[in-house]
Amino acid sequence: MTTARLQLTGISKRFAATAALADVSLELLAGEIHALVGENGAGKSTLVKVIAGVHQPDAGEIRLDGELITVPNPAAARERGIAVVHQEPRLFPDLSVAENIFLIAPPTDRFHTISWGEMRRRAAELFEQLDVRIDVAAPVRGLSMADQQLIEIAKALAIEARVLILDEPTASLSSHEVERLFTIVRRTSERGVAVLFVSHRLDEVFELCDRATVFRDGRYVTTAPTSELTTASLVRFMVGREVSLFPKEATTVGAPILEVRNLSDASGFRDVSFTVRAGEILGLAGLVGAGRTEIARVLFGIEPRTAGEVLLDGRPVEFRSPSEALRAGVAYVPEDRHQDGLVLDFSITNNITLPILGRLFPRLFLRARTEVEVATQFSERLRVRMTGVDQAVKALSGGNQQKVVIAKWLAARPRVLILDEPTRGVDIGAKVEVHRIVSELAASGLAIIMISSDLPEVLAMSDRILVLHEGRISEEIPRADATEERVMFAATGQRVQAPAGTGASSVH
Amino acid sequence: MTASSQSPARPAVRLGALARWETLLVILLVGLIAAGARMSPFFISGGNFANLTSSVMEIAIMALPMTLVIIMADIDLSVESMVGLAGAVLGTLVVAGVPLPLAIPVVLAVGALGGLLNGLLVTRAGLPSLVVTLGTLALFRGLANVLLGPTVISVWPDWFTSFGFGTIDGSPIPFTLVVFLVLVVVFWAVAHATWIGRQVFAIGKNAAASRYSGVRVNSMRNWMFVITGMIASLAGIILVARFSSARNDNGTGMTLTVVTVVLLGGVDINGGKGSIPGVVLAVFVLALLQNILRLAGVSSEFQGIAVGLLLVFSVIVPQLARQTRGAVDRARRSRRPPAGPIASGEVTA
Amino acid sequence: MSAPQPQGGPVARVLGLLGRSRELTLVALMLVMGALVTLGAPQFISVSNLNQVTAMAAIIAIAAVGEALTVMTKNIDLSVESTIGLVAFLVGVILREHDLPVPAAWLVGVGVGLLLGIANGAVITIFRIPSIVVTLGTLSIFRGVVFILAGGKEVNLVDLPPGYADLATDSVLGVPVFVIVAVVIVAAVGLLLWKTKFGRQIYAVGSNEEAAAIMGIRSRTVTFTVFAMCGALGGVAGVMWGIYFGTIYATSASGLVLQIVAAVVVGGVTISGGAGTVVGAALGALFLALINNALLVLQLPQELLQAIYGAVILVAVSADALLSQRQRRLAAREARR
Repeated sequence: MTTARLQLTGISKRFAATAALADVSLELLAGEIHALVGENGAGKSTLVKVIAGVHQPDAGEIRLDGELITVPNPAAARERGIAVVHQEPRLFPDLSVAENIFLIAPPTDRFHTISWGEMRRRAAELFEQLDVRIDVAAPVRGLSMADQQLIEIAKALAIEARVLILDEPTASLSSHEVERLFTIVRRTSERGVAVLFVSHRLDEVFELCDRATVFRDGRYVTTAPTSELTTASLVRFMVGREVSLFPKEATTVGAPILEVRNLSDASGFRDVSFTVRAGEILGLAGLVGAGRTEIARVLFGIEPRTAGEVLLDGRPVEFRSPSEALRAGVAYVPEDRHQDGLVLDFSITNNITLPILGRLFPRLFLRARTEVEVATQFSERLRVRMTGVDQAVKALSGGNQQKVVIAKWLAARPRVLILDEPTRGVDIGAKVEVHRIVSELAASGLAIIMISSDLPEVLAMSDRILVLHEGRISEEIPRADATEERVMFAATGQRVQAPAGTGASSVH
Repeated sequence: MTASSQSPARPAVRLGALARWETLLVILLVGLIAAGARMSPFFISGGNFANLTSSVMEIAIMALPMTLVIIMADIDLSVESMVGLAGAVLGTLVVAGVPLPLAIPVVLAVGALGGLLNGLLVTRAGLPSLVVTLGTLALFRGLANVLLGPTVISVWPDWFTSFGFGTIDGSPIPFTLVVFLVLVVVFWAVAHATWIGRQVFAIGKNAAASRYSGVRVNSMRNWMFVITGMIASLAGIILVARFSSARNDNGTGMTLTVVTVVLLGGVDINGGKGSIPGVVLAVFVLALLQNILRLAGVSSEFQGIAVGLLLVFSVIVPQLARQTRGAVDRARRSRRPPAGPIASGEVTA
Repeated sequence: MSAPQPQGGPVARVLGLLGRSRELTLVALMLVMGALVTLGAPQFISVSNLNQVTAMAAIIAIAAVGEALTVMTKNIDLSVESTIGLVAFLVGVILREHDLPVPAAWLVGVGVGLLLGIANGAVITIFRIPSIVVTLGTLSIFRGVVFILAGGKEVNLVDLPPGYADLATDSVLGVPVFVIVAVVIVAAVGLLLWKTKFGRQIYAVGSNEEAAAIMGIRSRTVTFTVFAMCGALGGVAGVMWGIYFGTIYATSASGLVLQIVAAVVVGGVTISGGAGTVVGAALGALFLALINNALLVLQLPQELLQAIYGAVILVAVSADALLSQRQRRLAAREARR
């Protein structure tokens, strides 16, 4: 047996009180495409960061072609021929494509200065190998996400990488772009590069990869050739147990509250129509970049629409800012809690009352007791684990932070609540609690739109599921007919002829 | 600020640090008073008090809106030129025969308009406030030049000039100090007792989350520039009254001092942190320092060095404290044995 | 339109080209302006007038090159005018009071400029304090040092070696010495930016500091070096300022930073960092000097100058913002195709 190109043994990594990786191992062979799969929080990203030199492991060893190595920083990883393509490309928008590839080691002329002609020639050569047409002299600013990812891959080729790591590279690509990417990845691995493909899209794993390694809760579970795996077995390895998600309670669905007719925006989605009723949870499924978040942003007044209309309680509305949307009773729990959801330095109280200050205190002056009462009421209702409502939210765990975000919106008493990936980065216990809360909210008569990439969650929580594909609604699936398989098919633009019950759903 | 989200929060300690900063300013004040008293027997006298306070009142009143602007993570460098433009407009109007009580509101409106120009360029065109106000710093001064040329207007009604440097009958309290104190009460209330202030801090800490929480971020920023422009024009009027002269170079160099006072008062240049009481204390520290330097025979030109040093140190000291605290935290964390439940999603989130 | 696909007629295409290259835009603007001014005042085009314009433009251009370097890294140096004032005064004092050869005095001047730049860079990078705060402070600290140095007196032309001020108007093969110095500096720094790894790192740090860190670029070293260079170039400009004016006051070059930053911004160096050229910054300086001179020869009131500078800054940054907004929108559309 040949030595593995990259061999990780017994890697552990802790962050404060949390073990992100506990004694995990991974073996990459030259010329193979190896999938690393696992749920959110399984430790995939942490492992990638350890290999890339961003994090230092607390224990364990890394061998490259049999040689024991350390990777103290990203530059060292690159020197050793380990290239990482991140989900969000990290390029220099002002510099040209060619320069982004050769920034660290530019080709030089006889005066030891940069030879631009040579650089452009070599860059063009690389893209020729990849069979991609791109203007190497143009600045990166203005290129699509897909093109930027190809530049990252070209960077890997330029340093003659021995190991290429792709961290959720397809997250923001269209299906056509994904196909092109896969062709290129295959071509790269045929040159003897070991490719690690990190993804949570199982269809891609089966399409592209030779072997797959599964992580769960920071631990190694198994490695197997994909030919010996099925979607069902892979899911079982990932989840490891029958997850008891909190299924939505049956509620009486009331009158329509929010109606969306033929809505379009500038770039994200087109001709979208749906209705949400009181007491109903409408699931919005689809791949990242299919236009789900864009719909939410238009409904919440962050982005303008270009066509169509929105009716709230039968009356047409058009919000030009979130404050207008809020006043009308539409609330949005954004995808990025830290960036958009919370003022991290503020206390729980100050975060919860921020949207309703004007309503609480019409005479401008704050009253601490009123604020604390409101904050206590809602944070207790959501069972936020805290030392007190004066605690800064940045000291809370992810799950509790998410509960504060939801508490904030409950205090605003909305009619429509839009949740964008409400349990991303939240541990299992908190996830179940968030589900219970959302279910209760629906029962209390709110109209809820839930955007989620977590299929079991969508299936468990939604009364109806709207699946988006490349900016358009590809299918609307009632709760009774919903399976993971059917949603997944619709999300990739296909349709299942007969609703099959063979999906790998672990939901009950 | 990704760095801040990584360090665990201990609000009690942070509050303590803030209190310490203001305590530090109080100690500095007491020390300066003691030093001044030893240097001159006239230091602790009503006359000297009136003198030292009225000499910084233009700076002082401009520091109040500037505090809110910097807390919102913006900056307004154009205030000193608005001081000059306000004086120029006032002088031009008075020379043209417009009575003062009519001219003053016009000047305040000009200040508000100038502020509106800043605000619109920042919020509508999406330009950084630093560059916009650098541009209007030149523009407003240029307009003052165009209006006045080299002319100095020095004929003013008595009531106006005695407002500038006079005191309330039988007391050492300058009229301008009264104006300042009234503004302090207003700004203190707005910043710390109303939800407008809460929104100001929220914008400075995280503008995106504030917007998503229904705060009208751009409208708030716009208004703050308008108010700053208007208060700067008020400072311009006071300066004309105090020196009984309107010249095109009135106020030159003042922005530096205003920003210095604000930062010395404990306001974070990156926004989100600061307090009006701290800035008020800093105003008096500056006034005392200038007074003492003058008593010591240091000419006003050298005082620029003092202000500059004060600015740099008032930023270095808290930054040093933060860096050492960070180092201590890291050391402590690395010594703590790892423990706790396994795997929660946040680590990779 | 700055769209990637050429569209529209030839006029649109020319405008598109101008929109993309600030250097070409400035050259075109200056040619048009020069022609118009010459129609109104033929002496504009005279050799002596052009020498006058270019000498002052050369000083500003050299300072603007240094300023451009700091702006490219997403910083700013507001103290450079005090550096110029301090060095100009210091060199004058040295020549008046010490028996040092002239070139040695110049060298001391440039060295002091370098030291001031190092001081800025050290405080900014060691304490990680925003450059605007630090240089706002050193702006008045350095100026205060000039006041101490001056002690209430100025340096007069008669204190300086005979013929000293003539250097400002001397020329080699018909080209003014000041212009030669400026061109050499612009070329040298331009080559550094264009042809060396360090030069490219300056752009990288300003364009995406996070990505630069991941690539192993030491952004603090780059920032420090850039401020040191800005100080040294301020020193060169200060030496030339002293030669040009002969009589130097403690307040000399006060307020000049506006003109320097305006030259940089007008020259197409974006304030958000990562883009622009020193050639652009130098052309920006020439452009502002031409406006100044045009007012003079057309006998328009000089008072307009500062207002024009302010307006020019605002127009230039607004144009930048509009262009990049359009670019972003195009990019978004591209991404969805």
